[in-house]
Amino acid sequence: MSRHHISTTINGDSAEFLCDTDESLLDCIRNELHMTGTKEGCGTGDCGACSVLLDGRLVCSCLVLGVEAAGKKIDTIEGMAQGDKLHPLQRNFLEHAALQCGICTPGFLIAARALLEKNPNPTETEVRFWLAGNLCRCTGYDKIVRAVMATAAELRG
Amino acid sequence: MDEMRYETPTSVNAAVKLLAGEKGLAKVLAGGTDLLVQMRGETVVPNLIVDIKKIADMKAIKKEKGGFRVGAAVSGAELGEHPELSKMWPGVVEATELIGSTQVQGRATMTGNLCNASPGADSVPALIAAGALAAIAGPNGKREVPVEQIPVSPGKTSLAKGEFVTSLFLPKRPKKSGDAYLRFIPRTEMDIAVVGCGISLTLDKAGTVLAARVALGAVAPTALLVDAAANAIIGTKLEDAALDALAAACSAACRPIDDKRGTKEFRIQIAGVLARRVALIARARALKK
Repeated sequence: MSRHHISTTINGDSAEFLCDTDESLLDCIRNELHMTGTKEGCGTGDCGACSVLLDGRLVCSCLVLGVEAAGKKIDTIEGMAQGDKLHPLQRNFLEHAALQCGICTPGFLIAARALLEKNPNPTETEVRFWLAGNLCRCTGYDKIVRAVMATAAELRG
Repeated sequence: MDEMRYETPTSVNAAVKLLAGEKGLAKVLAGGTDLLVQMRGETVVPNLIVDIKKIADMKAIKKEKGGFRVGAAVSGAELGEHPELSKMWPGVVEATELIGSTQVQGRATMTGNLCNASPGADSVPALIAAGALAAIAGPNGKREVPVEQIPVSPGKTSLAKGEFVTSLFLPKRPKKSGDAYLRFIPRTEMDIAVVGCGISLTLDKAGTVLAARVALGAVAPTALLVDAAANAIIGTKLEDAALDALAAACSAACRPIDDKRGTKEFRIQIAGVLARRVALIARARALKK
């Protein structure tokens, strides 16, 4: 049997790729579609570096099979900035120095955006629990949480 | 190695036919939060993956006989977003929502948590306490069993070849009923239960416990339904003596192992501590209804 031919939508654009049954969506995004903004940390759903939206739902793309993406809508970090204009979360991560090595950052940004779309006025505790599945090993979480809180306040106006 | 196949049947019967007909290892895929980890670690290498999410009702939560039927592929996030079910069975929902991160909640299912058969599965003691039933489809037709009959030992279920759980049924609640679930973990989030306890109870008008079910997780090879613990509080108003008896019955039921998460002695003691707290939360919820 040949590889699966998958038609999907990524950041609003139609996309096609070939994959084996056991290939994760993360591997398909990175290795087949060459969109390397989504990172691999643990590969077992513990670290959140590979966070994407699948039909609007926050998931770890390492815990989704590529074949499951057929006919779905996927949102990745590449769709977050509008051209040269950063998303307010991205800008606030820079302003608050909420990243160092940057490997965890795309996952944090995708997860934080999903939170703010669901809850525009989260408490610090809600931010921390929502982001508990995103691990950062260099910056520490305080700056990240502050950047998310600042963005929430900014977006509420 | 043979190529791993992937199928997306659109009916329960077609899924059963695929699962029953596979000569090698066939695995059901719903949320995949256990299966993909097992595949990556090569502890499970299926010949066939049957993705059940294209089957009608697998993603549905439906009212039935005053209770709720939850499809096998309903995620924790979807469960928690259902206001009526969350109001009727808050303990089941809070237990399910403890599984993994926000990302894991987007995919993980109660049915998967049950069928993965981990002794530490958070939703399972709550489901057992709730008296939930698992609907099973297989080559010999359909059957329904209490959820506690599904796991038989770590990683093993009572499901026969070709069978899979299609939904879980949460029954109707009498008035003045409440349920709750707590687990002990050494941190505040993203961990596996050292001990878990689920209790569902019904009070009479005077606040006396009319009926109760008490279940423990992570203290034996499977989650336990502890009748002696329920009997310790039925007919009481959860006075201190009744809570002491509840705690003692829970501790006595434990058959735990020592592992990196906790010692036997610790688990035995904590089972009783948690049961006291869970019973009081369940009672507070029952009094509000």
